[in-house]
Amino acid sequence: MGFEQIIFYIFSFWFVVSSLAMIFSRNAAKAVLFLVLAFFSAASIWILLEAEFLAIILILVYVGAVMVLFLFVIKMLNIDKSTIKARFTGYLPLRLVVAIIIIVEMSLVLGPSQFGLDVFSVPARHSEDYSNITVLAMQFYTTYVYPFELAAVLLLIAIIAAITLVHRNDTNRKKQSISEQVNVQAKDRVKIVSIFLPNKKEK
Amino acid sequence: MEVWQTFVKMVHTLVPWFDGTVAIILIIFIKAMALLIPLMLVVAYFTYAERKVIGYMQLRIGPNRVGPKGWLQPIADALKLMTKEIIFPTKANIYLFLLAPVLAIAPAIAVWAVIPFDEGIYITNLDISLLYVLAIGSIGVYGIILAGWASNSKYPLLGALRSAALLVSYEIVIGFALVTVVMIAGSVNLNTIVQAQQGGIIYWYFIPLFPIMIIFFISSLVETNRAPFDVVEGESEIVGGTHVEYSGMTFAVFFLAEYSNMILMAVLSVIMFFGGWHSPFEAIPYLESVFSWIPGMIWLLVKTTFFMFLYLWVRATFPRFRYDQIMRLSWKIFLPITIIWIFVVALMTQLQLSPWF
Repeated sequence: MGFEQIIFYIFSFWFVVSSLAMIFSRNAAKAVLFLVLAFFSAASIWILLEAEFLAIILILVYVGAVMVLFLFVIKMLNIDKSTIKARFTGYLPLRLVVAIIIIVEMSLVLGPSQFGLDVFSVPARHSEDYSNITVLAMQFYTTYVYPFELAAVLLLIAIIAAITLVHRNDTNRKKQSISEQVNVQAKDRVKIVSIFLPNKKEK
Repeated sequence: MEVWQTFVKMVHTLVPWFDGTVAIILIIFIKAMALLIPLMLVVAYFTYAERKVIGYMQLRIGPNRVGPKGWLQPIADALKLMTKEIIFPTKANIYLFLLAPVLAIAPAIAVWAVIPFDEGIYITNLDISLLYVLAIGSIGVYGIILAGWASNSKYPLLGALRSAALLVSYEIVIGFALVTVVMIAGSVNLNTIVQAQQGGIIYWYFIPLFPIMIIFFISSLVETNRAPFDVVEGESEIVGGTHVEYSGMTFAVFFLAEYSNMILMAVLSVIMFFGGWHSPFEAIPYLESVFSWIPGMIWLLVKTTFFMFLYLWVRATFPRFRYDQIMRLSWKIFLPITIIWIFVVALMTQLQLSPWF
């Protein structure tokens, strides 16, 4: 077993273990952390497949941004563990059916009949100066430039839609006008009132 | 790389089992140590420099008791922190509490693997090293978030929430700022970015990307939780932020991670905008030959030291920003400027503006 194979088995072992731990852990924060580990192991396996750009993007987007926001939300929620447990057993038969359907579907689509060695040949190793990102960019910006731009516009629309949904009710929102705060003068805030002080001599 | 191959052959003749996989692992280990030990020393003396520089700026002397002129102060600090007890808060999640400092320091050190110090001097020449720096750097936020959450304490949680929001919004700014660098250099490889700036000081990217350089510097202050954006710690507001419950070595590890990140950001600004290892006297008739004996690594370190000094200078100068002001700065000022500058750079590329394109 070569060095690369050892690394592959280490990462895939952690991938499977952390995915299972993510599903079975009771604590939501721990589940998020196991998912992060799963993403990390997946990224490492992608690097072994010479898809280093995708691997880095997986870490940058999912680990660096999406999961951070997940943790952010989970920390602010107070999740009652007993209700989660009750619901887990309550819907168990339905969930099992759904899980089995998904497993069957995935094995049909991703199984050896589609991706076996008789369908695809063994991927050849590229030379040392092979640049994954250059190859991807050539494809994206020449052959598939319109689908690529379309996807970008679609994402932009999603962002705008999300912001408008959140900002629909524009009443009763506290806002700070920074320019007003900066331009404030002492005479706007402090009122100097002259108070009549009784003269000492009159006493 | 030939140096390492001859090294392996030399050791192989002495020790027969030193070959193949064992040699690869050992060489990686030696390279890592060759980077890590100087880095830790620089971090230690950076804390000393910080106290001295800010001391003189505030008309004080700073540490001057341990050793000649206080030179042994960082060693004494390290020894003190090592011998102190690590206190665990009640009902804290011990595993995550201990995992948090590890998650803070591991990415801070792992990022250094792709930094080129000189022509051909690096641990690994990754094809996408800039993206690697961004990706691994973005993992560091987990250390702070987990520290805040696992401490089972209110101030750390507040600090962690602030940190998560700040880092996520400023990563977008830094990402967009670096897009312009990538557009000019035509590569995401840090080595190629530095090589593209060869040929004298006017080729350095801080000239066409001047606003981006300033934005990157300010964003790097936020990314490293430095003053005036240190709301994550914010001593006068939330005691010590995420560090409140940490003591002894666990606190020291956070400290190491923060300073190592700061040095990294200084090196990155030099690599992106100030020509990396290139001498500032390149292409100047007389001075070039006078200074040609200085190796590139020295130039990189000198420029980096200047940026590290800037971090200290800024800390001694500016009062702390309010949290909402930092957010406004990111989303309403920096992000529009960087996006506009992407179009400006695209225009420059179309016009073939010399000497950068």
